[in-house]
Amino acid sequence: MFSNASNFVHGSDMSTFIIGGFAVFILVSFTIIMILFVVKFNRKRNPKATQVKDNVMLEATWITLPTLLVIFMFYIGWEGFLPMRQDPKDAMHVKAIGRMWKWSFEYPGNKTSDTLVLPIDKSVRVDLLSKDVIHGFFVPAFRIKEDCVPGKNNYCWFIPGELGDFDLICSAYCGVSHSYMTAVIRIVPQDEFDKWLTAQKFKTAGKNLGYQVLDKNGCVACHSLDGSKSVGPTFLGLYGSNVEITTNGTDHKVIADNSYITTSILEPNKDIVKGFSPNIMQSYKGMITDKDIQTVVEYLKTLK
Amino acid sequence: MTETKKIEYVSYLDRQGEYKGIFSWIFTLDHKRIGLMYLYAIMVLFFVGAIMGLLMRVELIAPGETIMKAQTYNGLFTVHGIIMIFMVVIPGLSVIFGNFFLPILIGAKDVAFPKLNRLSFWIYITGCILAISTQFLKKGPPDTGWSFYAPYSTTTGTNVIMATFAAFVLGFSSILTGLNFIVTIHQMRAPGMKFFNMPLFSWAIYATAWTQLLATPIIGITLLMLIAERLFGIGFFNPALGGDPVLFQHLFWIYSHPAVYIMILPALGVISEIIPTFCQKKIYGYKAIAFSSIAIAGVGFLVWGHHMFTSGMSDQARWFFSLLTFLVAVPSAIKVFNWLATMYKGSIDLKPPFLYALAFIFLFTIGGTTGLLLGSVATNVQVHDTAFVVAHFHYIIFGGMGFAFFGAIHYWLPKMYGRMYNMKRATIAWGINFVGFNLLYFPQFILGFEGVPRRYYDYLPQFQTGQVISTIGGFILIAGLILMVINLVQGARHGEIAPANPWQGSTLEWQIPSPPSLENFDEAPVIKKNPYDYK
Repeated sequence: MFSNASNFVHGSDMSTFIIGGFAVFILVSFTIIMILFVVKFNRKRNPKATQVKDNVMLEATWITLPTLLVIFMFYIGWEGFLPMRQDPKDAMHVKAIGRMWKWSFEYPGNKTSDTLVLPIDKSVRVDLLSKDVIHGFFVPAFRIKEDCVPGKNNYCWFIPGELGDFDLICSAYCGVSHSYMTAVIRIVPQDEFDKWLTAQKFKTAGKNLGYQVLDKNGCVACHSLDGSKSVGPTFLGLYGSNVEITTNGTDHKVIADNSYITTSILEPNKDIVKGFSPNIMQSYKGMITDKDIQTVVEYLKTLK
Repeated sequence: MTETKKIEYVSYLDRQGEYKGIFSWIFTLDHKRIGLMYLYAIMVLFFVGAIMGLLMRVELIAPGETIMKAQTYNGLFTVHGIIMIFMVVIPGLSVIFGNFFLPILIGAKDVAFPKLNRLSFWIYITGCILAISTQFLKKGPPDTGWSFYAPYSTTTGTNVIMATFAAFVLGFSSILTGLNFIVTIHQMRAPGMKFFNMPLFSWAIYATAWTQLLATPIIGITLLMLIAERLFGIGFFNPALGGDPVLFQHLFWIYSHPAVYIMILPALGVISEIIPTFCQKKIYGYKAIAFSSIAIAGVGFLVWGHHMFTSGMSDQARWFFSLLTFLVAVPSAIKVFNWLATMYKGSIDLKPPFLYALAFIFLFTIGGTTGLLLGSVATNVQVHDTAFVVAHFHYIIFGGMGFAFFGAIHYWLPKMYGRMYNMKRATIAWGINFVGFNLLYFPQFILGFEGVPRRYYDYLPQFQTGQVISTIGGFILIAGLILMVINLVQGARHGEIAPANPWQGSTLEWQIPSPPSLENFDEAPVIKKNPYDYK
């Protein structure tokens, strides 16, 4: 009756089924009673109301019964939920890192990937981290949702039970491209997973210092390095180019030099490049040192 | 009960006081005129918010960009939320009908502090102007969602400070109104008006007022902390500065969950007034209904954590908040049972206010029971932060509070203006509203369950059917609302003269002329019995 995409589908859907069934029952009963009374005791048919005295027993019944019922429903939900917090000791640990507006995953042995590939029928514990604001790690098919809160180490775990691709989406609002912050979870047989993991590249620690500054501050989420248009202008070929900008309502052209780039980091809403919207980028004043800005400029010079 | 002296009677609308013309409104101390000014302000804001909602629905009619960019969409749902929550539904019933009818229902001439009441209104207007101005200021409308979650809200470049400051200002209006109503109920009741002789709407307002008074300061502090963090980099909430983002969520919901009860309790009170009148029957379980209002307000303070089941709270906190969330459903259920019992053997008159009460029970039941799915931790993981939540709280707030509001205005309009609206047109508008509402929001339950998150500008093509039905519902609903308002405005201005007691109601407001005189009761009423004394 329930899918086996993860080991939690059964518990969650069973609760949905019981509580949802109860909800439908209540709604239908109330509606039938209302219609019945409206027809039967309509003023045309029943011009004079009959006053009825309060009945303490009746009142006590409809206080006690719903109380017992809701406690029962609470228990069903708790029972379905509790396993989600009891990750087995032998689970594989994977880090899911959310940032505006991209997921990345880190595997044991310092391997990274943009797709979360996992072996079927193996427990996996996903440590949920964020580089900037709150993101939501939501896999609808698995009945899993837990937030990536910066500064906190949240986690979720599960056992995938079906092969195939599943959507991972961000459920906690995180800014302009929130609805595009998706990734694929690919469930494969164990041997295929092993092969895949060996082929993955190592976490690039030795990259350019300027790139590290851009990466740490999340710049590359909006400014691509390959010339593609994103939320902000691309960094490829930016340095030394002629950019059309709007400053205080007047259009003009400038050469993208050291001072232009510094201004764009510290006062991002002063010069707006044609075709882009203001107020999406925050000022990085006090967050990036002057020295780091210089390393960034040096790095940008290399992006031709 | 009391017979008024017809000779001296001048309605509060015609009475000439110290000030003339528009100033007789701006400087008025009359709780009824202040109530009407709130009504006009809130109706305007409601339509501004509704148009924003409709624009979002149009954007979502097809995947990809339809009529606006993502940033515009994010600004729209944020400002829609801020307007609807802080300016329409939180004050809503309590400032309009609480102001107008609370004193009358307990046999008082006015609220306890009329000048404070006037001040609350003008603070409210100031807050509204500040909030609306965020749309037009240079940095663009806030894009955080109405919940202002940190650290996004502490870092985005948009007008968050102005928006939170507006909510902070609006909070003062709410606190002062709550204080005023509590003192009014304690001090201003007519001779013989014991607590258990008060109509149930007064009980609901009483429970609401305590919640306003006790909970609102918390959001005030929280928003100030957010402003301080943005201006001075204090580091309460941003982990990059050593803060804790989950702390913000706790503080925010400690107010904002009770705020849901600030919205819905007066609505439950309105329904408790409408049902006995149109059944011509003593309300069943008066004390149970009165105490359930207090119970909802009390337990409602302790359930805020159910907004945060996925934020990484401790397991202890998760079961605690889940259990309490389930328990808070009980007093609401008790009310519905008692309303249904009141209908039993009544003499039911299907007039528009009663139709809205029936629609309320239907929609509130859907909203309430889907709340159980959100409160259960096993199902919360699937539906939290999805369109399911959007559907759920619109069923509670709009289907519940909104439809109760429409019921209230149809119920009390003849008293407020002394004129009656067109019944047939009101009934047609009710039907359109009911159908449009369900078409608009029901598909969102299904979309949410299938995994469409809330606050999504774009979606996958397989979800389009539900989105299209929802948008069609939005257009039907807005048509019904426009018809309803036109009918009400025409009724209030040119409708037939209404008798003092058009519905044969038993509570005090129906025993005085329509519209009431300045001091409501030209002869002090003396109360000896329960308000719902039908023979």
